[in-house]
Amino acid sequence: MTQITLANLAPGQRGTVSGYAQDDAFTQRLMQLGLVEGADIEVVRCAPTGDPIEVRVLGYALSLRRVEAALIFIAPSA
Amino acid sequence: MNAPVTTRRPVVVTIGNPNTGKSTLFNALTGLSQRVGNFPGVTVEHVVGRLLLAGGEVDVVDLPGTYSLSAQSPDEMVTVDVLLGRVGAVGRPDVVLLIVDATNLRRNLFLASQVLEIGLPVVIALNMTDLLDTQGITLDLDRLATALGVPLVPIAAARGSGLEPLRAALSSAIASGQPSPLLVNPALFATAQTLSSELAARGVDAAPAEVERALIDDAGYAERRLIERAGEEVRAQLQMLRHTLAQGRSLATLEARDRYSWINTVVSAVERREARNPGWREALDRYLNHPVYGSIAFLFAMALVFQSVFAWATPMMTLIETGAGALGELVRGSMPAGLLRSFIIDGVIAGVGSVVVFLPQIVLLFAFIIALEDSGYMSRAAFVVDRLMRWCGLSGQSFIPMLSSFACAVPGIMGTRVIGNPRDRLATILAAPFMTCSARLPIYALLIAAFVPANRYLGGLVNLQGLVLLGFYLLGMVGAIFTAFLINRLAFSGPRSRFLLEMPPYRLPQLRSVAVKLLARVRIFLKRAGTMIFAVALVIWALASFPRGTADDGVTSVAPAIADSYLGRMSRTVEPVFAPLGWDWKVTAAVIASFPAREVVIAVLGTLYAVEDADAEGEQRLIDRIREARHPGGDPVFTLPMVIGLMVFYALCLQCISTLAVIRRETNSWRWPVIAWLYMTGLGYVGALLCFHVGSLL
Repeated sequence: MTQITLANLAPGQRGTVSGYAQDDAFTQRLMQLGLVEGADIEVVRCAPTGDPIEVRVLGYALSLRRVEAALIFIAPSA
Repeated sequence: MNAPVTTRRPVVVTIGNPNTGKSTLFNALTGLSQRVGNFPGVTVEHVVGRLLLAGGEVDVVDLPGTYSLSAQSPDEMVTVDVLLGRVGAVGRPDVVLLIVDATNLRRNLFLASQVLEIGLPVVIALNMTDLLDTQGITLDLDRLATALGVPLVPIAAARGSGLEPLRAALSSAIASGQPSPLLVNPALFATAQTLSSELAARGVDAAPAEVERALIDDAGYAERRLIERAGEEVRAQLQMLRHTLAQGRSLATLEARDRYSWINTVVSAVERREARNPGWREALDRYLNHPVYGSIAFLFAMALVFQSVFAWATPMMTLIETGAGALGELVRGSMPAGLLRSFIIDGVIAGVGSVVVFLPQIVLLFAFIIALEDSGYMSRAAFVVDRLMRWCGLSGQSFIPMLSSFACAVPGIMGTRVIGNPRDRLATILAAPFMTCSARLPIYALLIAAFVPANRYLGGLVNLQGLVLLGFYLLGMVGAIFTAFLINRLAFSGPRSRFLLEMPPYRLPQLRSVAVKLLARVRIFLKRAGTMIFAVALVIWALASFPRGTADDGVTSVAPAIADSYLGRMSRTVEPVFAPLGWDWKVTAAVIASFPAREVVIAVLGTLYAVEDADAEGEQRLIDRIREARHPGGDPVFTLPMVIGLMVFYALCLQCISTLAVIRRETNSWRWPVIAWLYMTGLGYVGALLCFHVGSLL
């Protein structure tokens, strides 16, 4: 089974951060912003063109591009 | 080292996440006493203000908003350097004023926990406490203060409440000098401490907090700096320690995990959240990010910005220009002719005028940019348009700077400060001068009217002159996109383009806060760019006014004919360089004289072809004269290929000292203005050459 990433979630869907496709300065910055393993995350909406996406994490809103969202592995919420 | 006896004022450094009301608090504390400066070698600004406390005046240094002390670029490293007391201009901070958004406690506490471990006295200003109630959040402030181990003052900076207790807390923190005791990961800190003392024994002064950052941020800036100072062997040492501490994972991952688990423990003990209705902010967001309504709102907002810099600023700019002209006439009437009068009218008044004329655009554009940022809409606008801008090699945040560059690249480049990614910012700075600014319009208007036939097509709906003008607008955009593409390909500096943007909650912009920030921008422009623009205007005046000639009486000194001035002599010397473009020395002289500002070329051509007034009739006479201009061999100078080439040159070149001055100011180095000038002038030359030769063949 292929790994689900944040880019696979549709607006309104939630999940839990379960890991990263790589470990570099960028994903470390995401972790510093609260996207650590176990954090709840929800896709709120997409931009009119479908990209970037807006997510809600730790109670605040963050936007990022789909290519970047695809680096974040997600475990779907029960 | 002996502690030097200093009489300097104590230094308070403010730090916090972006969008926490940090600059609002800074403005409320320091008022208009602010000075903006650049740190050496980086593009980051520091703002310093004065604050009067019970114990006397202190300097408050406002650091740029940041989410983490992890530094991947020199710009981010400045924050760490200031906290460690490594920046000479600031010195060792006496107290760190840490701003924490009470409504966004978890993420804010990440940076807070890093700052608390530096070992400096810290006072926390817990901001936005007025919004807790409406968002259904209850906080146990005493428990939070105990958990953080430092004084914590609830405030609402936008309303100005809580400032008195905050000042009192800062006073006593300066007096006591008590550092915060927090350590989230004692084992990591102990390792850093051991290495720090080892380095000290080798004569390398590196604080434990600095070594800790070098350890955590593998290949980050703190490590690079430590290796520079302590030598290559430190690299291996750091790598070994990382291996022992992290056991296969990155220390940065562990740091984030440790800090957030500490944060979860703290916050779950002090915070209660009740579910509340989403409220107007959420509803507004649904509309402003909606595919249809959101796009309409975006277009409306951008039309407003464009309208303001293009249309509303024009009457004021005309007023300034007319005013400068009238002042010049006044002086002309009340002074005897001579060098001094020429210096005052054509040097000083014209020079000052060429600086002040930018103010209406800068004031209007920045009023909008600051208000849009403070309201939280700027992030939404960037979100909506990011895809389109990325296709052009830029980012969503480049949009407003690029749009306003249609009016003038100067406010546009100053507006690139909103762009977080350094490479996107550089690409935008270098692409912006290609956009067809209002200074190019008079050149296009004159030359198109003179040389492009007014053929009409599609039953008069489309005019060839209009099409050519449109073509030059498109040429500018193509130049901009090509430049952005080039920057991304060559990847001069910084990490690849990322879009990671917080969407802050909507807030009503505060008039006072907008006004204070606006004033700071205007001051920077006048001081940094203005002096340079003025100086170059004087140099060009001098080149055109010397050496002095002699009047018919053989005694009185008069202004030289342009042909005899230094400018004319220079032009004839370099004429061969521009001869392949079909230019004679007069055109060359006009182009050189328009180095400070493109639009000057019209006035110089007017002088060269002996046309006195620049009114509508004068313009017609100028058109007639340049049509008659001949090369020594008798061929006309202004042929259609040469004219199109001349316009292409002005479309692509960087004949604008103001833009150069602003690039210098915004990149904090001479490197980029020089590169931009060579690159754009080179493109312009090649473009004009191609037009002239290909056109002449047809």
